[in-house]
Amino acid sequence: MKLTAIDKKLLEEVADLHTVPQGAHNIRRDGGGVSRRSTDNIEIKTKEDKPGIDIIVKPGTINESVHIPVLVTKDGFKDMVYNTFEIGEGSDVLIVAGCGIHNASEEESRHDGVHNIFVRKGARLRYVEKHYGQGEGSGERVLNPQTIIEIEEGGSAELELVQIRGVDSTERVTEANLQKNAKLIITERLLTHKKQQARSDIIVNLRGAEAFTQIKSRSVAQEESEQVFYPRVIAYEKSRGYVECDSIIMGQAKVRSVPEIAAYHPEAELTHEAAIGKIAGEQLLKLMTLGLSEDEAVDKILEGFLR
Amino acid sequence: MLELKGVSYRISGKEKEIDIIKNIDLNFEAGKLYAITGPNGSGKTSIAKLIMGLYKATQGTISFQGEDITSLEINERTKKGIGYAFQYPPRFKGLKVLDLLQVASGIDDWKAVRGYLRHVGLCPEDYLDREADASLSGGEMKRIEIATLMANNPKFAIYDEPDAGVDLWSFDMLLNVIRKKHEKEGVTTVLISHQERILSLVDEIILVVGGEIKDIGDKDRIWPIIKDVVGCDWYKVCRGDRDEADCH
Repeated sequence: MKLTAIDKKLLEEVADLHTVPQGAHNIRRDGGGVSRRSTDNIEIKTKEDKPGIDIIVKPGTINESVHIPVLVTKDGFKDMVYNTFEIGEGSDVLIVAGCGIHNASEEESRHDGVHNIFVRKGARLRYVEKHYGQGEGSGERVLNPQTIIEIEEGGSAELELVQIRGVDSTERVTEANLQKNAKLIITERLLTHKKQQARSDIIVNLRGAEAFTQIKSRSVAQEESEQVFYPRVIAYEKSRGYVECDSIIMGQAKVRSVPEIAAYHPEAELTHEAAIGKIAGEQLLKLMTLGLSEDEAVDKILEGFLR
Repeated sequence: MLELKGVSYRISGKEKEIDIIKNIDLNFEAGKLYAITGPNGSGKTSIAKLIMGLYKATQGTISFQGEDITSLEINERTKKGIGYAFQYPPRFKGLKVLDLLQVASGIDDWKAVRGYLRHVGLCPEDYLDREADASLSGGEMKRIEIATLMANNPKFAIYDEPDAGVDLWSFDMLLNVIRKKHEKEGVTTVLISHQERILSLVDEIILVVGGEIKDIGDKDRIWPIIKDVVGCDWYKVCRGDRDEADCH
């Protein structure tokens, strides 16, 4: 199937792709497959019981990547998908997920994705999920991703979750279970504007000794948008966790940040930090002394903050 | 080159209006090296901020190269060639040292901006990619601040206490760079400082006390007055022993 100009624009935004990738990939558009490729080490197959795919990475696969972007381009289309990722023992891979919605209609377009990820013993995963919305229609662009990740002994995962403008409503749920010596780093970047709503619930269960997690959330809320962050870390064993939520608030926006830490082991070490505030005046003034106008200075500060 | 005429800066305090700068006249001549000195809270930084446009004069006019710039925005003054290195440079979450140098110089190529860091004694390889945030020490931040001002290539440069937080050896080097810019490229330079060493180097010292220009002159003329102002007046107020300071 050929990619249209809109497809290409969405692909570029969510997966940095300019064309169909060479490696393992699955491109889904409006509920159907556009292009798929498995490789010797990474198998992609359609689920038999419900919509979605299984992505199976063979043990020991090193330095390979999988792109699985989802495009919603049909006006008012509602998509629901279940994907399962099996990251085999000792492998080291990059998964680029992400969803781009183009909605030019008055109806709501929507993609709900449930991702189950298994990071097996000693495996390493980098997972990037970007959300992007465009189109002039008044219909809402809605994305509700749910990610459930299990990390076995000695495994590690880095999740990078990015949504910059364009999505009217999003409710993100992330749940993780970490076994002995497992490591999870979650980096969240969010910018909302107009009347957009975003909510992110994260729960990380540190179930094994010496497990470690770091959750870093940075967000910018502009105009009349609203954001809620609810990251939680629960330590059941001698483990460490760190949660940081940092938001810049602008216009009439509202932000709620509720980091929570719970320790059920005497040697658990958990910390959290949360901050909400406007752009510091001194930062603006400094950049203006370097030649930027006030608006350019705001853009520069936000660009750095959300990088 | 840059002239302040009858400039005042007044702010609203809790109960009454407070005059921070009181009707001052100053004339900076092109190519000269100046120091502004005076006790803490005397208004030195306020004068610099009025020149840069960070504060708006409540009275009087400021002109640069014959043009009235009193109502110009900060970035418009920058484009005319005025630059200011902050006493306490702000930190940025996410912006890298490279970003600041690129904004300041208008040059995108990272290789072309490396030299600015080397000039202030920082290895570009170690710093370009670092965030200009709280992970940098006060001294590092101060050097980066000086580097960004130089990258901005001003004709009229104000350095606000460039020695603050910088170790002595490094400060010698920074001072040499600032002087080189002044001597070789003819940048009119103003150093806000208390350091006797800096005061000995400059062409003219502007002594600011209580928001007014108390005197202008070379070190021989100004130094005894400084001792009077900061030493003797203070002892008077605090009823200290007169013999603690050698008063004039």
